[in-house]
Amino acid sequence: MSTVTAAPAGKRKTSSASWRLTDRLGLGLAWLLGLLFCAIAAAIVIYFLVEGIRYLSPSLLVTNPAPGVSESQTGGFLDPLLGTVIIGFLAMAIATPVGVGIAVWLSEFGRPTGLARVAESSVEMLAGEPSVVLALFGTILFTVRQLGFLSQTSHGIVLGQSFFAAAALLSLVGLPMVVASTREGLQAIPSHVREASYAVGKTKIATTRRVLLPAARPSMITGTMLGLGRVIGDTAIVLLLLGGTLTFQPANSIPVLGLLRGTGDTLTGYIYYNAPTGDGNQPSKAYAAAFVLMLMVLALNLGVDFVLRRSQRAVRWS
Amino acid sequence: MELRKPPPVRRLTGNEAHGPEVQASPPPPGIAQHAAGSNGNGHRPSSAFAMPARRAVRDSSIAIDRMHVDELSVAYGTKPAVKSVSLPIRQGEVLALIGPSGCGKTTLLRSLNRLTELTRGASFSGRITLDGVDIATLEPTALRRRVTMVFQQPNPFPMSVFDNVAYVLREQASRRPRKAAVRGAVRDALARAGLLEEVADNLDHPALRLSGGQQQRLCIARALAAHPEVLLLDEPCSALDPQSTRLIEELITKLRQDVAVVIVTHNLQQAYRIADYVAFMYLGELVEYGSAHKMFGAPQQHRTQEYISGAFG
Repeated sequence: MSTVTAAPAGKRKTSSASWRLTDRLGLGLAWLLGLLFCAIAAAIVIYFLVEGIRYLSPSLLVTNPAPGVSESQTGGFLDPLLGTVIIGFLAMAIATPVGVGIAVWLSEFGRPTGLARVAESSVEMLAGEPSVVLALFGTILFTVRQLGFLSQTSHGIVLGQSFFAAAALLSLVGLPMVVASTREGLQAIPSHVREASYAVGKTKIATTRRVLLPAARPSMITGTMLGLGRVIGDTAIVLLLLGGTLTFQPANSIPVLGLLRGTGDTLTGYIYYNAPTGDGNQPSKAYAAAFVLMLMVLALNLGVDFVLRRSQRAVRWS
Repeated sequence: MELRKPPPVRRLTGNEAHGPEVQASPPPPGIAQHAAGSNGNGHRPSSAFAMPARRAVRDSSIAIDRMHVDELSVAYGTKPAVKSVSLPIRQGEVLALIGPSGCGKTTLLRSLNRLTELTRGASFSGRITLDGVDIATLEPTALRRRVTMVFQQPNPFPMSVFDNVAYVLREQASRRPRKAAVRGAVRDALARAGLLEEVADNLDHPALRLSGGQQQRLCIARALAAHPEVLLLDEPCSALDPQSTRLIEELITKLRQDVAVVIVTHNLQQAYRIADYVAFMYLGELVEYGSAHKMFGAPQQHRTQEYISGAFG
């Protein structure tokens, strides 16, 4: 331990040598844990990079999963890949406007205070909710007969599994990110900017729409990307509410609507199925799919970084 | 105690159309000891400024009464901010509100376009009229188009230079005008704010990319776009460099022809340079109101005398 402590402390010009022993141990521990964390993250990325490149072939991206026992028979993951895209798009198409609306109300209006506090803690609670609990609630909600038009019905029983159902519940997973990020963006706008708009005869609504929301746009985009990252990484809701059927099973032959009312899968569901301990047990396919999913999430994170850096470089009010 | 001799206080002359010549005058007796440190505008005495000519006090017969503040009191919660203030606001003159921090001058200014109402817990008594009509009876959005305001920090909206001005031209609840339909009005407002030449080719550029001084003149253009009767300025130069300050002061002296100008300033020398009338406030009360000449030359009240001579601030 002492060597670990000495090495980083020696490099730094501030002499922690004069510190008390417990402080120096604490510093060493902090360094150690930091490096450990970096190592874990790097290990995951490198492992899937190596495995992914080894197993990923273009044909996997354009063929559908098929029944079989050997790698040559089980096909690729075209439908799960498309499923991830569809689910991500649908869920954020719900979560973004709702989340921005909640954030605007909380940040700009927020009256009565009691209601605002309830709304605020509801969003916080939602952020901490395990997604499998949300999924369970979703199965109860979407098997209600009145909501049968959103999924398939067989012999009078509403199955409650569809892209609609999964996206609706997944939007709740992405929502807190959108709310938190948009609120932050709105609160970073100085109050004199709002007043400047009122001072030329604009109402609060006009000010919000034409001044505040455009100013908070980078935060809204960031929130949406972060939310999307959570949505496409979720598995529990996909398994319970999307059916996990590996390929698209449209409810009927109507082009888009039939697909969205039907069941399908996403990359997470595909990985779950093909993991060494899963039913499919095709680890090479799981690694390839995990690699693709990881690339998508990394791309989103890079996108967030890009948006944030650009908005910081933009000239702002003092 | 020996005080360093302050730089001479200058007022802009009336015919500054061709350049920034400012003319120096020997400091009036009241301001003689005003500390040099508070001169944020960096004017230094030089031979070019040696002409001891002070702009003639404006003939107030051409001034038009626009607003009247009558026994106005404002309190935030139980804390009074403005106590029973009465004064006229006239077009053709620049009225400067001076006084130490927290004396209620900004609150008075914000009462004129009812911005104080947005502060929770604010209460009012008294009456303010605009062209004879009690402003309490006007729609706030309509009032604020007639009594516009420029703030301490330049705060253009996050849109293009053009849209910043066009935003104001669109009246509440009306349809958004076509770009071509407002182009003339936008250019006119920018020209009145003395910014058109600098931005004519870049009307589509984001306003937040302009320099601080340009941003503030854009804010003035924005405030002028709706052709208000009264222009309120809340320390418009305190965040700006001397050069931008000079441009804006020149602009203000030109603008008073068309619009009643009220400016809150911490900078006594600025008040001296541009104001025709001065109101000195202290602890929420209007201590003294009078022509700039009288206020800086021979203030009647002891506290005015003390403030102007730099005894407190």
